[in-house]
Amino acid sequence: MNLIPGIDLVPNLYWYLAVGAILFCIGLYGALAKRNAVAILMCIELMFNAVNLTFVALARYVQPAAQRMSGIPSANVELTGQVFAIFVITVAAAEAAVGLAIILMLYRRRRTINTDEISLLRY
Amino acid sequence: MVTAETLVFGVIALILLGAALMVVTGKNIVHSALYLVLSFGAVAAFYIVLQADFLAFVQILIYIGAVTVLLIFAVVLTYNANTQLSNPGNAQRLLAAFISLVLLVLIGVVLLNTVWPLNPAPFTGSTVALMGPLLYQTYALPFEIASVLLLVALIGAIILARED
Amino acid sequence: MGDLLGNISNFINNIFVNAGSAIQGFLLGLGLMPQAVVVIMAIIGIVILVGFLLNNLLVLIYLERKVVGFIQDRVGPNRVGPAGLLQSVADAIKLLIKEDIVPDRADKLVWALAPVIITAQALMVYAVIPFGPRLILSDLNVGLLYIISVSSVVTVGILMAGWGSNNKYSLLGGMRAVAQFISYEIPLGLALIGVIMLVGSLSTIDIVNFQAANTWLFILQPLAFIIYFIAGMAEVNRVPFDLVEAESEIVAGYHTEYSGMRFALFFLAEYLNQWTLASLGTTVFLGGWLPIGIPGVFDLSFIPPYLWYYIKAQALFFVLFWVRGTLPRFRIDQLMGFAWKGLIPLALFNIFATAAIWIVGNLLNFWRA
Repeated sequence: MNLIPGIDLVPNLYWYLAVGAILFCIGLYGALAKRNAVAILMCIELMFNAVNLTFVALARYVQPAAQRMSGIPSANVELTGQVFAIFVITVAAAEAAVGLAIILMLYRRRRTINTDEISLLRY
Repeated sequence: MVTAETLVFGVIALILLGAALMVVTGKNIVHSALYLVLSFGAVAAFYIVLQADFLAFVQILIYIGAVTVLLIFAVVLTYNANTQLSNPGNAQRLLAAFISLVLLVLIGVVLLNTVWPLNPAPFTGSTVALMGPLLYQTYALPFEIASVLLLVALIGAIILARED
Repeated sequence: MGDLLGNISNFINNIFVNAGSAIQGFLLGLGLMPQAVVVIMAIIGIVILVGFLLNNLLVLIYLERKVVGFIQDRVGPNRVGPAGLLQSVADAIKLLIKEDIVPDRADKLVWALAPVIITAQALMVYAVIPFGPRLILSDLNVGLLYIISVSSVVTVGILMAGWGSNNKYSLLGGMRAVAQFISYEIPLGLALIGVIMLVGSLSTIDIVNFQAANTWLFILQPLAFIIYFIAGMAEVNRVPFDLVEAESEIVAGYHTEYSGMRFALFFLAEYLNQWTLASLGTTVFLGGWLPIGIPGVFDLSFIPPYLWYYIKAQALFFVLFWVRGTLPRFRIDQLMGFAWKGLIPLALFNIFATAAIWIVGNLLNFWRA
């Protein structure tokens, strides 16, 4: 169903890769520019999400190797990207748990999680 | 042609990038956490559009249901109400923005110069029945390693955060 | 004569499906695009569903007060209307006309959005619950996973309510409620995995069809049914797990600072979640819309399937009333200990036992299929 006839704009692989790249760079800016340690962890989660989005988009749009080498058109499903995304989600959850435990321990010792004030290696 | 799929893509992409910008530039950390929840939901919506229905609900269950709870608990337990801003930017903001832009340009150049072999007939159907054999037969070893990793992270987090 | 009865029962059984087809034909005849017709049909379905749920809620609230009153050897409400039947209406009107008190230094947007998120999540689950053979809003392939994942969004709403109220007790109550919720989410999911292993599909319609072809799943998975029901009661904050909102506990938990219509939304969401517990329990374990009957002995299938669903869900809900009137309340440490050290090992044992019995049965050629 064509909403505006005459303009050719169907989402293809490059749109999704662009969204993933922009999301990754937004997360990178946040991870570098924030002072609150929990905020840095939130931006790292954004980067994980960007990577997952790229994996799933590639799994959807890229021709599976089985189809390319054998030429059978029905071998059109390659879900490795989605499996990788599930593992990334798993590791991200584990990393968030351990990272937040470390932040809580830090808060108990120094009563602050401002990264400017806990940069011990600078002394 | 501008189809409904284009419209849906545009709306979800706007919500996702807008929420991500609010996470990164927000001054109140609780608001940042809630915008992060919105961005997780937008990514789950993208997964549904990309024919990854199982992954979409796993994303909602784990990211919104568990990681968000962890983050908001950490925010609440370390909230310093004395400062005006609970989520300030630090002194190297401009340098960080410059580096992010350079990385974005670099990624864009690499992606545009790669030749992507596109699938002429993408798969349209449910992925749940296909994920089972993949997770338990083809990728059984990474699955087991991931479960050991989760166990180690669980024990480690409990020991680190104990009161003594 | 038999033919006339058959026609009448057919008409009553399919009344909603035929009405839906008639409306769809009418809309298509108006010349709209097929995609727009699908959207309009979905909106009509949602309106009817929400109407049914909210009216059912009034019935449930009245029944709860009457039944719990009889268990406690007193008459429930009996002033408003004949035998107190209009009590729920009076409650709703009272909540609507109450003053809306906004806490002074609360985070206004977060505080106001929390009951909206909780109520929206409570309603979203009903998209995949089948009320009859073709009466389901959306037959997702991942129905059960959808229910579990959408249910877990309520933690965000609870934390928003606890934080946004700018009240230490609300925050503590919110954190306790979230801890309780995520602790009991795990045995709930694990109990449902036993069911999924037998049925082989996550779709709710497939589960009911499996029960139509074989026996009801509470016979094949009795431990899973008990674990699901207990964990579900803890998830929806039902006695004996209603620590977070009990009168003698931390003020009123995370909905202390809400009054009037906002509190009505919390109340609504709580009863909707309890009805979800009962509905999902009947769909997965008690055969959904299948009639009770032994072929050859007695056959009650003249009662339409959606009424069977309602009778079974109401029977499960009666067990909730029964438990409320009878059992005392858990403490927070007893509650968490029960989940992590009691229910989760039991649920894991259920999964292993199901798998072991299935494999051994296959080896001995014991199962028919």
